[in-house]
Amino acid sequence: MSELRLDGVSRWYGNVVAVNGVSMTIGPGVTGLLGPNGAGKSTIIHMMGGFLEPSSGTVALDGAPVWRNPDVYRTLGLVPEREAAYDFLTGGRFVRAMAELHKLPDPGAAAARAIALVEMQPAADRSIGTYSKGMKQRIKMASALVHDPAVLLLDEPFNGMDPRQRLQLMDLIRRMAAEGRTILFSSHILEEVERLAQHIEVIVAGRHAASGDFREIRRLMTDRPHRFTLRSTDDRALAAALIADGSARSVNLTAQGVEIEAVDFARFTWLLPRLARDASIRLWEVAPSDESLESVFSYLVAR
Amino acid sequence: MNSTIAMITFRAMLGRRRAVLLFLLPGALLVLALLLRVTGTADLDISANVLQALGVATLLPLLALIAGTGVIGPEIDDGQIMYVLTTPVPRRTVIITKFVVALVLVVGFAVVPVTLAGLILTGTTAGVVPAYAVAMLAGAVAYTAVFTALAVASRNAVAIGLIYALVWEALLASFAPAAGTVSVQQWSLSIADALTGASQIDSSVSLPLSLTLLATVTVAGVLLAITRLRSLTVASAD
Repeated sequence: MSELRLDGVSRWYGNVVAVNGVSMTIGPGVTGLLGPNGAGKSTIIHMMGGFLEPSSGTVALDGAPVWRNPDVYRTLGLVPEREAAYDFLTGGRFVRAMAELHKLPDPGAAAARAIALVEMQPAADRSIGTYSKGMKQRIKMASALVHDPAVLLLDEPFNGMDPRQRLQLMDLIRRMAAEGRTILFSSHILEEVERLAQHIEVIVAGRHAASGDFREIRRLMTDRPHRFTLRSTDDRALAAALIADGSARSVNLTAQGVEIEAVDFARFTWLLPRLARDASIRLWEVAPSDESLESVFSYLVAR
Repeated sequence: MNSTIAMITFRAMLGRRRAVLLFLLPGALLVLALLLRVTGTADLDISANVLQALGVATLLPLLALIAGTGVIGPEIDDGQIMYVLTTPVPRRTVIITKFVVALVLVVGFAVVPVTLAGLILTGTTAGVVPAYAVAMLAGAVAYTAVFTALAVASRNAVAIGLIYALVWEALLASFAPAAGTVSVQQWSLSIADALTGASQIDSSVSLPLSLTLLATVTVAGVLLAITRLRSLTVASAD
């Protein structure tokens, strides 16, 4: 059981602050590092992995500093986001090379075990250059798992994967976590994090915006006023019916349709079709106007 | 030395398109030497000129630049170095291995072919060729250390190396002799100068100073590379 602890970590580049005063503790199980693109997730992972020096604060693995301390790699595995691996090596040779670099007693067996774990045996004899994105991701996973690390960091592991590969990788990560490992992965996609992580850390614009159980944060995210744009056969009547019902905080009739701010997301989505049917109004369009992750995040930050 | 890192580095260096350059340049020199020999134009003056201008002043620094930066620069640029660096292998082992691999390539693709070309041109007349061989070996060590350090320290290692080798050593040194004091080429030449009585070789720096400077530059280069690799920052995607 290992623990990765960030204490007041900031990182700036010149005048630009990429990460600002982040403190968090990552323990066993799957933790999702969630945030929009450019929020500083990679910067944080690079600092956790010892590839970037915090401008202030400390990153420690089981109490030992990570920066300039290659010994941490005995317990830490890192899967970088970048696709580049040694394309000219076969997958098998690459993982074996990593086992040799870790000075494992039986590198061949360790490599075979890691390759089996990511189910890459059939392609182990092909060169990495011929792999698909998903296969590259898996062979990178195997290379990071070859020394059986207690902590695994994955930077945007699902990027560029097709749905089937995504499911396979999620399965693998769950299995790793069930063995008691500490796993942190970054993502800008809410659904990925929702399906995989029990615990999430939300980063927005370099700041630690939220931390905790996923359901808790999901509730924070959904229990906010939601904005929709509606178009229908009779916008005016629809607006009147919505006002009469009271589930909307504001209703605004415009030339483009009805703009509405719903207070209770669940109730509103349940109510709207009924309300329209009862008033014999046909809905042409129901479009959420602020569902982007960025707006969800900025709402969290503003709270 | 780490044999796994050496294996990966050799395969990376010899497997890519860059490898064509490694074979092309020394190949051209050997063909030229053969031509001069066959046409009978290979007297000692011309031979020494060819060895000096094409071998010591061109092929050696160029190959050292290609190999010295090539063993580690591209890996840092595309982030592959992270795989090697996420292991507990000491950073000095990584650098020393990379340096040795680069040196083997420079010896194989510059020192050996130039020496061969020299033997084709003049045999061992006046000990000119063996003198050049020893000088180039010393130069190879220093150049490789400098260029490897440059590749770890800067993303523009190739450009900086080219400017040093072509502009500083080739041009400046011929106009401003003082610049020759800070020139790996001149230091290596002083070794050749000391080893043969032939008047064709002349260097502007004294032998003891040259030897000291060559050793200093080599050690400093390797140490700098190790220090920089210890705190290597991998550019973030954000």
